[in-house]
Amino acid sequence: MIKKRILAVVILLLGIGVAFFVFKSEPKLNINYESSGSFFKHSPFRLGLDLSGGSHLIYKADVSGVPSGQVSDSMNALRDVIERRVNLFGVSEPVVQIQEGGFVSGGEEKLIVDLPGVTDVEKATAMIGQTPLLEFKTEAPKDAPKTATVDENGKVNIDMSQQFVSTELSGRYLKKAILEFDQNTREPKVGLQFDDTGTKLFAEITKNNVGKIVAIYLDGAPISTPVVREEITGGEAQISGNFTPTEAKQLVGRLNSGALPVPISLLSKQTIGASLGDNAVHAGVKAAIIGFLFIALFLILWYRLPGIIAVISLCIYIAIILTLFKLLPVTLTAAGIAGFIISLGIAVDANVLIFERVKEEMRSGRIISDAVSTGFSRAWFSIRDSNSSSIITAVILFWFGTPLIKGFALTLGMGVLVSMLSAITITKIFLSSVNFIGEGKVARFLFSSGISK
Amino acid sequence: MFIIKHKKIFISISIALVVLSIISLFVFGLKVGIDFKGGALTEVVYKDARPAQADLHSALQALNLGSISIQPTGDMGYIVKSIDLNEAEHTLILKTLSNNEKNVLEEKSFNSIGPSVGKELTRKAIIAIILVSLGIILFIAFAFRKVSKPVSSWRYGLIAIVSLLHDVIIPIGLFTFLSHFYGAEVDTLFVVAALTILGLSVSDTIVIFDRIRENLKNKVEMSFNETVGKSLEQSYVRSICTSFTVILVLLSLVFFGPTSTKYFAIMLTVGMFFGTYSSIFLASPLLVLVEEWQKKKK
Repeated sequence: MIKKRILAVVILLLGIGVAFFVFKSEPKLNINYESSGSFFKHSPFRLGLDLSGGSHLIYKADVSGVPSGQVSDSMNALRDVIERRVNLFGVSEPVVQIQEGGFVSGGEEKLIVDLPGVTDVEKATAMIGQTPLLEFKTEAPKDAPKTATVDENGKVNIDMSQQFVSTELSGRYLKKAILEFDQNTREPKVGLQFDDTGTKLFAEITKNNVGKIVAIYLDGAPISTPVVREEITGGEAQISGNFTPTEAKQLVGRLNSGALPVPISLLSKQTIGASLGDNAVHAGVKAAIIGFLFIALFLILWYRLPGIIAVISLCIYIAIILTLFKLLPVTLTAAGIAGFIISLGIAVDANVLIFERVKEEMRSGRIISDAVSTGFSRAWFSIRDSNSSSIITAVILFWFGTPLIKGFALTLGMGVLVSMLSAITITKIFLSSVNFIGEGKVARFLFSSGISK
Repeated sequence: MFIIKHKKIFISISIALVVLSIISLFVFGLKVGIDFKGGALTEVVYKDARPAQADLHSALQALNLGSISIQPTGDMGYIVKSIDLNEAEHTLILKTLSNNEKNVLEEKSFNSIGPSVGKELTRKAIIAIILVSLGIILFIAFAFRKVSKPVSSWRYGLIAIVSLLHDVIIPIGLFTFLSHFYGAEVDTLFVVAALTILGLSVSDTIVIFDRIRENLKNKVEMSFNETVGKSLEQSYVRSICTSFTVILVLLSLVFFGPTSTKYFAIMLTVGMFFGTYSSIFLASPLLVLVEEWQKKKK
């Protein structure tokens, strides 16, 4: 018995410790936040874009030109490039994710870019759009159809884009770009250095096109159309495109920060102003606190002493789950907060099931301590059943969800799992440690519930 | 047990509500939001004074961006709904709303979803609905795998599914009503709410049915309907209490929570309420009814 009580005290202290962590690591609660240790400072709640404000962009990556085996490679390269690009602009904690075009998402390769704090979509898309797309094209076969148009002035225009065909070589095989100056004319040039694959590809292309033009396209427009004199095996190329020194320097910078391996187009964009997010956070916190108070009031009024214990174990549950949110970390969205709030209600379910069973056992004539232990073991099956269906739903929603659904499914699912643990173990330890109150009338009253005496 | 005695009344109430919901679904229909069909939503708040809705509406119409609608939100704001917008069109709308920056405004949120993203989301939602339904049905099948008498297992399962449909259809019916009168739209959260109701409300029915079978095994009462009545008596308090705690938090979410999750919380509240109602007043009475029909056949 002493052991159980010690265990109860230990759990209580641990719970307080965890709650203290949540308190200390939250700038809004902790007045001395600035002076507290770095351990606390590194664990704020991570807020989703709908709460922190920011931009959420979905790009479609056109991988039609990439051999099917290399799609995921070039998508990874694309992500790295965009990530570097976004980081250059000093956005805090940007998230760049690939969404694979599997069966579920309908076969399109997508790139999702989250930019917290950036509420100007124009600026945001410009930031990403500036990334150059570098392509190498070779002359189309002579017999390929070409369309020539004659304009009003009698000038013949040949559509340039039909003159050249794409090759596999693109900016993704670029190792680095350097600024060079022509030794004779002092004209600025951009030197390109390919990686191993790029070198091979470039050698192949130049070998097959001696005496022909290899066009270098930047962002879909030809910037340089040199004639190949001989096979180039060194993996180096030059773009001399009548640049001014500044232009050449900029291009080098852009190429080095990463050329896009595949073209992308913007599919959808979402911006949430900071004030809207703030309001949602306040409302969410308010709803959580009021919801908690409602439950606590109900539990204490209806279940009396066990009710108080349930409230304590609910508090410990809250401390644990908030800590998990911070440490994992879980990105909280409005839907995620809703999931957490609902989990508060579900968390006490297990307690209710246990208390009702205990009450039944007491009615059938058992003494309190016996009733508590049999009540617990008998309630287990109901608890398992009533939680497993929620877990099934949460797991499926998490797998198939968009970020919004994921946020909800994750907090709800975690809530159900953690609360099962907290309700069963913590409540059990506390309940069995208070049996010192004996078997008197008062004790039986305290262990009863509802409007019964 | 009065519930078993008056089972036909309670079953009728459920049927009436379901029929009403289905009628409402057909009469009002479900308004699909931009999540699924694509489109753009621009929310702005004016700093000093809000221009008249009609003026802005005609100014926006003049932009020729297809069907475009504007509705007031809060005291100083408007929400503009349109087809999905590119950068230039978006800027144009903001310029129009601010009357070339003469009226100071803040863009609270902007959401533009291309048709392909909408399609993808629809696809995902359908797959999620199918999988969750399958998961729940498998769960029910698992819960009722042991054969029992006098009503066979699969009938318990079937009744559980019927009451589950009841729990989902009623909130959806209510949503069509809200959709018609308050402009609520079917978005991802709507689907999540419907699926969460499935997960949350099935357990109540299963727990009560488990009680019934436990009592049947132990031969607590003589007849089937008395056993069901007794089981209900033993479990209705806990059924109501467990749902009540969830409904308490949901209500606080409805009244104090973020606007973005308001309709979501309303749907869940209604779903939880009818989930509990159906486990006590629909599923068990149906079970007794089925048993009576079986007896008559013999």
